[in-house]
Amino acid sequence: MSELLSLAEDVVGRARPGEEVEAYVARGHDLEVRAYEGEVESLASASSSGIGVRVLLTDGESGGRLGFAWAGSLDRDVVEATLAEARDNATFATPDPDVVFAQPDGVTAASLDLWDPGVADTPTERKVAMAIELERLVRAHPQVRQVDSADYGDERVEVALASTTGIRATNRRTGSFISVSAIAGEGADTQTGTGFSVARSPEGLDIDAAGADAILRSTRMLGATKAPSARVTVVFDRRVASTLLGVVSSALSGEAVVKGRSFFAGRLGEEVAAGAVTLVDDPTDPRAFAATAYDGEGLACRRNVLIEDGVLRAFLYDTVSARRAGTASTGSAVRGGFAGTPGAGCRALTLRPGVLDQRAILEAVGAGVYVQSVTGVHSGVNPVSGDFSVGIEGLMIRDGALAEPVREVTVASTLQKMLQSVLHIGGDVEWLPGIAAGQTLAIGEMQLSGS
Amino acid sequence: MPVVVDSAPLIEAAVLERVLATSLAGGGDMAEVFAEDRQTSSAMLDDKKVEELSSGRERGAGIRVVIGETTGYAHTADLSEAGLLAAAEAASAVARQGGGTRIVALGARQAASPRAEILPSEVAKSAKLELLARADDAARSAGGAITQVSVGYGDSRRRVLIATSEGVLAEDDQVRTRFNVSCVATGDAGMQTGYESLARTEGFEVFGKSGVEEIARAAAGRALTKLSARPAPSGEVPVVLAGGSGGILFHEACGHGLEADHIVKDSSVYVGQVGELVASPLVTLVDDGTVAGEWGNYAIDDEGRPAARNVLIENGVLTDYMWDYLRARKEGRLSSGNGRRQSYQHLPMVRMTNTFLLAGDEDPDEVIAQTPHGVYVAKLGGGQVNTATGDFVFGTSEAYLIEDGRITEPLRDANLIGNGPEVLRRIDVVATDFAMMPGTCGKDGQSVPVGCGQATLRITGITIGGTAA
Repeated sequence: MSELLSLAEDVVGRARPGEEVEAYVARGHDLEVRAYEGEVESLASASSSGIGVRVLLTDGESGGRLGFAWAGSLDRDVVEATLAEARDNATFATPDPDVVFAQPDGVTAASLDLWDPGVADTPTERKVAMAIELERLVRAHPQVRQVDSADYGDERVEVALASTTGIRATNRRTGSFISVSAIAGEGADTQTGTGFSVARSPEGLDIDAAGADAILRSTRMLGATKAPSARVTVVFDRRVASTLLGVVSSALSGEAVVKGRSFFAGRLGEEVAAGAVTLVDDPTDPRAFAATAYDGEGLACRRNVLIEDGVLRAFLYDTVSARRAGTASTGSAVRGGFAGTPGAGCRALTLRPGVLDQRAILEAVGAGVYVQSVTGVHSGVNPVSGDFSVGIEGLMIRDGALAEPVREVTVASTLQKMLQSVLHIGGDVEWLPGIAAGQTLAIGEMQLSGS
Repeated sequence: MPVVVDSAPLIEAAVLERVLATSLAGGGDMAEVFAEDRQTSSAMLDDKKVEELSSGRERGAGIRVVIGETTGYAHTADLSEAGLLAAAEAASAVARQGGGTRIVALGARQAASPRAEILPSEVAKSAKLELLARADDAARSAGGAITQVSVGYGDSRRRVLIATSEGVLAEDDQVRTRFNVSCVATGDAGMQTGYESLARTEGFEVFGKSGVEEIARAAAGRALTKLSARPAPSGEVPVVLAGGSGGILFHEACGHGLEADHIVKDSSVYVGQVGELVASPLVTLVDDGTVAGEWGNYAIDDEGRPAARNVLIENGVLTDYMWDYLRARKEGRLSSGNGRRQSYQHLPMVRMTNTFLLAGDEDPDEVIAQTPHGVYVAKLGGGQVNTATGDFVFGTSEAYLIEDGRITEPLRDANLIGNGPEVLRRIDVVATDFAMMPGTCGKDGQSVPVGCGQATLRITGITIGGTAA
């Protein structure tokens, strides 16, 4: 860890007069195992490291000019060349008074323990055995005719960030996962379902639960047919609800707001959702998959309340978008590794939990459709216009309980209308991979399209 | 066929031979070194400012050891002999049955030269930025309702080398250039977006052939048109897809399902269908990595096989699947040149290249005129498929109602959903106006550039997921 920070500091120390320099250094180890028919289909392991350098030329009168370069290596000559390239790139940027680097803002970083030595200490044989066991368990079910993939994977990631503006930050975390994809079949009928489990280390993984989930999701879809088009109440499974929150989050990015790409722009203080909706982003909650003490610019992450009792309260900002909006960073800079530059975004969204679990929500709803998976989120959901249309698989809800399975149908509305039409938020919070927790979510007045 | 060029290889043949021999020292049927040197540059203009000019460099090698049905893989950014030998040790950890000394002799070097007239790395950065400014101007002057424009430019040069214990020594040098424009238009009913892109396996010369203003105007026009759009219909309707609207229909409806990894694992609806009628007789579908300039083009795939033209469906009859090394070996045949990977950090798998439907003989205007009622899709967004069930979706990003054989009102974005084999049988007319479009295909966490193509065609019925009851 300290050597990564020293390397970042070393690069920063080479800043010339009239420029600011920021270095982001990352190192990772990962392992991935796939099992098939009781054997190892593939076993891949690797270490990688890299650096991203931003140079800001501050000698101009009309504002700073920013350049960026990255390399997948920490060799001395490569790092040198990367700094030179970033410096050259900066000379071509448009001067902009709002482009500055983050400066320490006095907020103390949370003390988070996201590193579990179990990832490194568990022998590879044990990890391989978990993937094989997961496959065996799912394949043993009489209605499962194939297991497409049964995987174990883990990673260890270390990051150090330093800048001439006084930023010094390090983050490190481990993660491990198992996932399995089952194909259930009866005659010509084929249905699929996936199950997974995530944890900071292999000991935290639940093989039985992941396997049972894949079996349940694939077998209960057998016999699915297309349903007739109708206006319906939709109950979203926890995993799907997490995906939906992830989509809404891009409209809550301060960067999208200041650039006129968010349907929330100009609506602070207004009622944008049903009264039951309180939405919080809190990367300092260690249960969140993407929890982290420091953001992508090295500022302390913090808890931000975005929607409170249905009223829009705040957006998430990195340093540059905050300046454009005339406010301060909310510690919400995210970046996609050493090859990416920071932007504003969510890491750990949750809805304030309600009191009902999934069963109680189904009873309360009475009739509608339960959605277990969605497809086409990237092609059918537009976070700028709010238009929402996705393919779904799920089960009809009749008399307050799950009934016959449906497939080859879509549900549609707009994100704006969906937020206003939230009927129930589950108390069944599940921490999932991604940027949002999962909770059962019931939304009224959606259009089901089928036959 | 590839020609021998005089540039220095990424790794010397003698080193490769020693690394391959070490990879198999513990046993194994096949060992492979995949080395890659990728240089990228990109620029982004947003909110009228050049926000980011970025350069990237990545070099490394992945070593694969295959023993029976098991594959071991390790990669390293260290291309020295010591670095490669360490990765070889790690990759061969799956094969510890003992194999003894193996001697690997590589065949003659097959190397393709870059297919670019002007290497982007030799173009001044200012010339790339000028393209961004021109596109921004063109988009903003398309209409006062255009409230935001972002323009992206990117180029990459990817040199790859593949050496295997079977004697293969192949190299390719792939140059790609892309340009994209996204616009937001704002009206009384809110905001709408429009997108257009150009992406070619070519150098900077591409901008001498295609004007960036044209791309910008197309993106802006799309956003402006949708300002007055009404909600898309809900339910099953006849759909006419415009020529070059994306071609993603075939990519999702059957392309993925014809990848041999899904076939050998019995996770595709097209298993056991070779020789069967799987589509309308109007459908002849080809996957062709050799089409010069197209986004999914290459000379050598990421396993050292030359790209090829493969007919997948001929007059509605399934003729073959797409194959990589591992799946072809299992069936005792040769790879079809479809083994690809995102980078040296990834295992190769079966991927599409440029997948397209051959043109038919109908006049595209007639197709619309002969459709009394339906939806006309001028531009598609992305899509997704479940290969095991065949169910797939694809999104519209510019669509209109067809009423009395005429294109009328614009529609808001929606997904269409169908089942591959059913939808392919419902294609009842294919026109002459063939065109290709670039796209990015994601599979199992890896992204690769692909091309899709088709002429105007009609599907007699498919479900569109709008909100209009």
